[in-house]
Amino acid sequence: MTENLFYFLASLTLLCALMVVISKNPVHSVLFLIITFFSISGHYILLNAQFLAAVNIIVYAGAIMVLFLFVIMFLNQSKGSMPEMKTSTLSKIAGTIAGGMLFVVMIAALKDASVAGLDADSYNSQIGMVENLGLILFRDYLLPFELASVLFLVAMVGAVMLGKKETGEQHF
Amino acid sequence: MESVDLIYKGIYILAIFGITLLIATYSTYFERKIAAFIQDRVGPNRAGPLGLLQPLADAGKLFFKEDFIPAKSSKALFIIGPGIAMLVATMSSAVIPFGDKLIIGGHELFLQAIEVNIGVLYVFGVVSLGVYGLMIGGWASNNKFSLLGAIRAASQNISYELAMGLSLIAVLMLSGSLSLREIAEQQHGFNWNIWYQPLGFIIFLVCAFAETNRTPFDLPESEAELIGGYHTEYGSMKLGMYLFAEYINIFVASAVMATLYFGAYNFPFMEDLRSAISDPILANNVVTLVGVAVMFAKIFFFIFFFMWVRWTLPRFRYDQLMKLGWQILIPLAILNIMLTGGGILLKEYLF
Repeated sequence: MTENLFYFLASLTLLCALMVVISKNPVHSVLFLIITFFSISGHYILLNAQFLAAVNIIVYAGAIMVLFLFVIMFLNQSKGSMPEMKTSTLSKIAGTIAGGMLFVVMIAALKDASVAGLDADSYNSQIGMVENLGLILFRDYLLPFELASVLFLVAMVGAVMLGKKETGEQHF
Repeated sequence: MESVDLIYKGIYILAIFGITLLIATYSTYFERKIAAFIQDRVGPNRAGPLGLLQPLADAGKLFFKEDFIPAKSSKALFIIGPGIAMLVATMSSAVIPFGDKLIIGGHELFLQAIEVNIGVLYVFGVVSLGVYGLMIGGWASNNKFSLLGAIRAASQNISYELAMGLSLIAVLMLSGSLSLREIAEQQHGFNWNIWYQPLGFIIFLVCAFAETNRTPFDLPESEAELIGGYHTEYGSMKLGMYLFAEYINIFVASAVMATLYFGAYNFPFMEDLRSAISDPILANNVVTLVGVAVMFAKIFFFIFFFMWVRWTLPRFRYDQLMKLGWQILIPLAILNIMLTGGGILLKEYLF
């Protein structure tokens, strides 16, 4: 049951992720990206990490993708404004070769890799629950956690600085 | 899970779904009746006794109207938009505890569809998805005014989500749990969160008004001074679904407010009632059923409050709305978090 669910979710994730790249319309791409985030949240739930699943949906699907959609909807108002992309044959061939090379490298790297098996005796299935996650974050990894929050603060201040009106600047 | 439990859960989810739809349907009727009362009119009184069949007549009218899809619209998304709005609206009542447990034949039946230990986050996540219904609908209409209306609605929703989340944090600091059932249990008797979180509740209430697009925050559909908004191109039942989703959201927002701040199914003197009945199982069931009634009474009060405000206050201007959200509510919510933290530390220090 769980295994079937995993294969279903995994194929859905991959399919939607592919559609993000393939879609001609950028708004459709964004919508497929949102579905991708949802199916990734489904994977988190399968791994018994409910908190991560909920936060993934709130932060990515609920906040970041809305802003993406915002910008892209404004960009894509009329069909004529976006010039048709013309890719030359040369760049197509170059892209195919580069992609193929990457694929070969990945196969070479993953060929001998072994997946660390699950040790059923020592594995704590409750590790993804919010209480345990909070304990680990605020006890064992407190410094990185706080440093990350400083990083976010700096990013926020920077965004406000960039968006601020200069004195004498006119909007509309 | 046993099959009995599964069947029970299935029935319970269907019942909650039905009750949600029923309450949303009759909210439209009571909205018009209350508006009529406040404006000294009669209100709907033709369809059925006291006009009680009016919602059915409205629904029938909407279903039989021409289902119009604009020629240059993105058809699939145009149809999906109202669907998403409805789906998201009906999803969020799943984690709300409408009552404590009933004991029937040795089975403990909890009156809650799913118990997850992240209930509050689930509600918050689902609420944050509500924006997509509006945005997709507005964009797919291929109409500048719809798009602008969608942007207007979405920016309002995501602005007020922030203050809402921050005011929730103070409640979570008090309760120490993300599970709605546990938060409800902690407010046993008359020990409601509103006594500890008056400021947080006011912030949450204002944000709930903004999230459900109700007056004084109903700019997404302020057709009088701006333009219809994201549903300008919609008609027939698709428009009906958007409006219906709004009423479901009001119900859910009322239920969440009752659960978080007004003690959910708890009521004063519930222990006295429990000890007054000698048989413990019967006592438990009676207390639970009274609790469910109390819960719905609280929900109905909040729904009434939503309507009362709608017919009392005029709506904000858009810059006032943004200023209120970003410059007043968010700092207030942060202040509330700090006050709550200080209060908790002070209590630990003194006692």
